[in-house]
Amino acid sequence: MGDIIEIKNLHFSYPASEDGGKPVEVLKGVDLEIKNGEFIAVLGHNGSGKSTLAKLMNGILVPESGKVIVDGTDTTDEEKIFELRCRVGMVFQNPDNQIVSSIVEEDVAFALENLGVPYEEMRRRVDDSLKAVNMYEYRLHSPAQLSGGQKQRVAIAGIIAMKPKCIILDEPTAMLDPQGRREVMNVIRKMNREQGITIVLITHYMDEAAQCDRVVVMDKGRIVLDDVPRTVFSHVEQVKAIGLDVPQATELAWRLRKAGFDIPAEIINEQECVDALVKLFDK
Amino acid sequence: MAVLETQELTYVYSQGSPFEKTAVDSVSLKIDEGAIIGVMGHTGSGKSTLIQQFNGLLRPTSGKILLDGVDIWADRKKIRDVRFRVGLVFQYPEYQIFEETVYKDIAFGPKNMGLDSVEIKRRVLETAHDIGIPEELLERSPFELSGGQKRRVAIAGVMAMNPEILILDEPTAGLDPAGRDKIIGFIKEYHRKKGNTVLIVSHSMEDIAGFADKILVMNKSRLFCYDDTEKVFSRAEEISRIGLDIPQITKIFIELKKNGIDFGKDVYTLDYAEKLLIKKLGERSRENC
Repeated sequence: MGDIIEIKNLHFSYPASEDGGKPVEVLKGVDLEIKNGEFIAVLGHNGSGKSTLAKLMNGILVPESGKVIVDGTDTTDEEKIFELRCRVGMVFQNPDNQIVSSIVEEDVAFALENLGVPYEEMRRRVDDSLKAVNMYEYRLHSPAQLSGGQKQRVAIAGIIAMKPKCIILDEPTAMLDPQGRREVMNVIRKMNREQGITIVLITHYMDEAAQCDRVVVMDKGRIVLDDVPRTVFSHVEQVKAIGLDVPQATELAWRLRKAGFDIPAEIINEQECVDALVKLFDK
Repeated sequence: MAVLETQELTYVYSQGSPFEKTAVDSVSLKIDEGAIIGVMGHTGSGKSTLIQQFNGLLRPTSGKILLDGVDIWADRKKIRDVRFRVGLVFQYPEYQIFEETVYKDIAFGPKNMGLDSVEIKRRVLETAHDIGIPEELLERSPFELSGGQKRRVAIAGVMAMNPEILILDEPTAGLDPAGRDKIIGFIKEYHRKKGNTVLIVSHSMEDIAGFADKILVMNKSRLFCYDDTEKVFSRAEEISRIGLDIPQITKIFIELKKNGIDFGKDVYTLDYAEKLLIKKLGERSRENC
């Protein structure tokens, strides 16, 4: 398999503001390896450094010290940075900030045009990408007429069209309603499963993190937890202490455990919680 | 006593054009003075169009809105006063900050109301304090603040007008859990202190479950339901079908019921769930002794 992203002892600060403020150290020694094909969530409260980490993963920012190696390329290698960004795509929080064209299919083709992809190939890739995110029937619409969830799926299609190995999504569902969130999560999961694209999902929705293979929790510029979701969320007190939540199912089980009932600690969804409770009542 | 009442309220966008769309379809409801109301509905359900009529930003196509029993459109010239009495905080209000200092931004609304400078100062200081903006930030540029602080400044600007009805459109959107709890805490405190009516728009029942007296649900331009929080949650499955999220804890209790473990009640907060389960499990273990 191998690692798609390798981060070694990464430090990063934002420079001092003009009116005499101090530089802000955002990342304080981050080590992280992400395997090819992994579906990983990065959790952390606002200001924990998770978005900065994302921007370092495709060379929008470069390390102050330490290394970020993406698919074998060091992100400080300026000659290879454009090539690297084709392999590692990024989707941001606000759908309105990343749509550039007035027609959906042109928006998806934007990067391909810049890359000089031949017309036939481009046509095929745009169609395939729009089908993959279930937006093909909207290909001739104006993005302005779409819902937030639909716009995010168009943005994802634009990335998929470049055939990336990895997609980094920085809170892609934060501005969406439940329906839009579900649509986007379904598409992300499908990309991971069917096309083997590595997914790095930055989020503060615990239910989304619970659907991933692995959860990394950041606090004050460091990684404090890194494991499968059920193990991460079983640290209820630690997770809450750093200002995050655990799924309600996990917390209910945890509270009952604390009250002395025999219920497993590693519960992450409602079905597991129901099963455990039914068992408890059957005893 | 109803502070706000709508009668057959209807709003049609682009009437007479091919894009004609009825966004709010004959909604009649009464909002009690001093209540906290949760307003829910998925994107396009008509909830934003509804609340924008409450303070006269949109004029209904037909139907009436009564504020303290008076039709707000009876005298067109007085509509500006309605906007002071019904304060609306939009989604992502931090994007609407424009003044050069935090103080001036919070003072903008009270100033437009024509208050004198002593009263303006009193209101700015009080509101800033109540929403957790330290006094030393007041002379700073709002653009130097963190996202969460900016949002609180924007909310303070509307609260400082001391509106009879405060409407907040998704005040916690995009915030992390700690930021969300903080904002909700400040809104609750404002409500406790002033006793004003508060409407909070949210997609997430989990967020408003703990403190709303009543919940109003819009679906496909119509009023889907409007009732006490408890009663609305008893229709959790229906609500989930119209595309809204119900708390995970409610889903768990619906499933438990299907498995023959029935509490005869609707559960939508963790604290209540914990209490019920510990009681019932405790009773069982005593029976088994």
